Amino acid sequence: MWAYIVRRLFIGVALLLALTLVTFVLFFAAPVDPARYACGKNCSEEQRDQARAALGYDKPVYEQWGLFMKGVVAGRDFPADEELRAAAPEVVTHCAAPCLGYSHLNSATVNDLVVDAAPVSISLALVALVMWLVGGVLFGILAAVFKGSFIDRGIVGLTLVAYAFPTFFIAVFFLKYLSVKWELWPYPTYISLEDGGVASWLGNLLIPAFTLALVFMAGYVRMTRAFMLESMTEDYIRTAKSKGLKQRSVLFKHGLRAALTPLVTMTGLDFATLLGGAIITESVFAYPGLGLLTVQASDAWDLPTVIGVVVLAGAFVILMNIIVDISYAFIDPRVRLG
Amino acid sequence: MDNFLSVRDLRVHFPTPDGVVKATDGLSYDLAKGKTLGIVGESGSGKSVSSSAILGLHRGTSAQVSGQILLEGTDLLTITDEEMRLRRGKEVAMIFQDPLSAMHPYYTVGNQIGEAYRVHHDVSKKAARTRVIEMLELVGIPQPDRRVDDYPHQFSGGMRQRAMIAMALINDPGLVIADEPTTALDVTVQAQILDLLQQLQKEFNTGIIIITHDLGVVAEMADDVLVMYAGKAVEYGPTKELLTHPEMPYTWGLLSSVPDLTADVEEKLVPIPGTPPSLLSPPSGCAFHPRCRYKDQVAGDLCVTQQPDLTPGSRGPGHLKRCHLTDPTVPNEEEVAQS
Repeated sequence: MWAYIVRRLFIGVALLLALTLVTFVLFFAAPVDPARYACGKNCSEEQRDQARAALGYDKPVYEQWGLFMKGVVAGRDFPADEELRAAAPEVVTHCAAPCLGYSHLNSATVNDLVVDAAPVSISLALVALVMWLVGGVLFGILAAVFKGSFIDRGIVGLTLVAYAFPTFFIAVFFLKYLSVKWELWPYPTYISLEDGGVASWLGNLLIPAFTLALVFMAGYVRMTRAFMLESMTEDYIRTAKSKGLKQRSVLFKHGLRAALTPLVTMTGLDFATLLGGAIITESVFAYPGLGLLTVQASDAWDLPTVIGVVVLAGAFVILMNIIVDISYAFIDPRVRLG
Repeated sequence: MDNFLSVRDLRVHFPTPDGVVKATDGLSYDLAKGKTLGIVGESGSGKSVSSSAILGLHRGTSAQVSGQILLEGTDLLTITDEEMRLRRGKEVAMIFQDPLSAMHPYYTVGNQIGEAYRVHHDVSKKAARTRVIEMLELVGIPQPDRRVDDYPHQFSGGMRQRAMIAMALINDPGLVIADEPTTALDVTVQAQILDLLQQLQKEFNTGIIIITHDLGVVAEMADDVLVMYAGKAVEYGPTKELLTHPEMPYTWGLLSSVPDLTADVEEKLVPIPGTPPSLLSPPSGCAFHPRCRYKDQVAGDLCVTQQPDLTPGSRGPGHLKRCHLTDPTVPNEEEVAQS
């Protein structure tokens, strides 16, 4: 088991390395000059070269990548100028390992940006996860139990509606009607746990998290229903019935237990993706999470921030995959890790 | 014969968009306590469907079940779902064909057997566990106190079937339905499982319905045999009598498609021509007539036009057959081979 985890972590690190490399290459393959973008409108050739040197974009791609890796392993100074640091240490920003870079656009290290933004995305993803799991599994079971009845049809019909409306529409719709027109719920703004306590943190997250959860919930209703209907046709369900078990035990102990296993995989991966930032939801509600940070950074061709967010999101996905695979050994007694 | 179980005119029909599938159509038989009935037939002849009806497994589905299933005088088709549930596993238990898929992969063998016990007995988990270990020992599982915590996939095929038997017998039911209990097992293990069933039957005085297409199993186990074809009984009688003096061409066909180990190796098996009939639109008259070699020996088109009744054959009232043939002697094997 431990050997398995160590091996998976090694592969994960290698994957992350490849991920950074690909992001670097893609960034510079784009037909846009980030230096020109940073320099602004009325910018002479000379100024543009200066900007490029200041941003570090003048070096070859592999060298930039090498510097980035050096920062991750050993930390970096921005600007990396020994004389300047000796003369005026207050203008040099030190970024300790693992350093993800320095965003000139935001005048902050990427680490600081990410540390500020990540709790927002994690909060949003967490509350949404609880909502879509509870709603999705519950309605999925209901639909499966009452298969073919109006309850089933109603639930399946509603999931279609939830699927069909794009997130940005639902988000704006909720904002306009719930918060502005009917004033049923205060206009959501992100308030961290430390600043406002649980009630205000959660209260402000409800609408954005529900917006985000809705489309996932629709998917999970359909999946739970399908997995449940599938497991209810298995031979062991017939065995459970012929033992004289109550319908409740047959459904939940035998049917649901088997149906939940594939859901664990889906949940792990979906949650991991959301941890890297819910771009549309965060943009519409102006929640300063990783998603909004990604949008702003890629709009401004701010490579260090883009790299930082990509690495973090990648790490979430890789880590979650490992966790899901390990959890299978506990969920399914037939699975042995090796 | 005190009839512990009496099935009368049992019909299990499944309505489908294409029409009604008559999976079991007017089946009647009796079983005394401690005796064994073998139900034989091809796939789709209604063997399993009729037996599931005894357990009430068609309740809550679209199947239409009619007739009578009298278990110790109570008609199982008229009692409520809850009364039926309380009888399942306690008075009637079932052993399934493939013990790997019939057991839940996520629960230990002990948990699943104990569950069958605890649903009918108000005992602690610990007491149930002790009882499970007893039962596992009884069905011949070595080190039962350790194997009780194993999962089904850690058991061998034969051991899984032993565990299924333990699960079926843990409440000492009067009737056990074994649905092809040895089909999924190795030949060497099959005999062991059958021996175990017989031994436990003596010990518990259990009535057994054994569903199979293996005439060898029937010959070894059953007191009575019921041959089914297209949802109906076509021949019914004491095992020895029926296997030595079959009076219905379908039974002849079944018997001559069994390899004879003492015969010449060159001798070819004689299969029954054709395929099982559609239960949606069964053939007119005798359901077997499209595949029957002897319908020409019956005067007129009787086999095609008129359904024969299940009537006593030439050897007394205990042996019933559903056939128009008046000369009920088995053709000798050369004759079968030539035709």
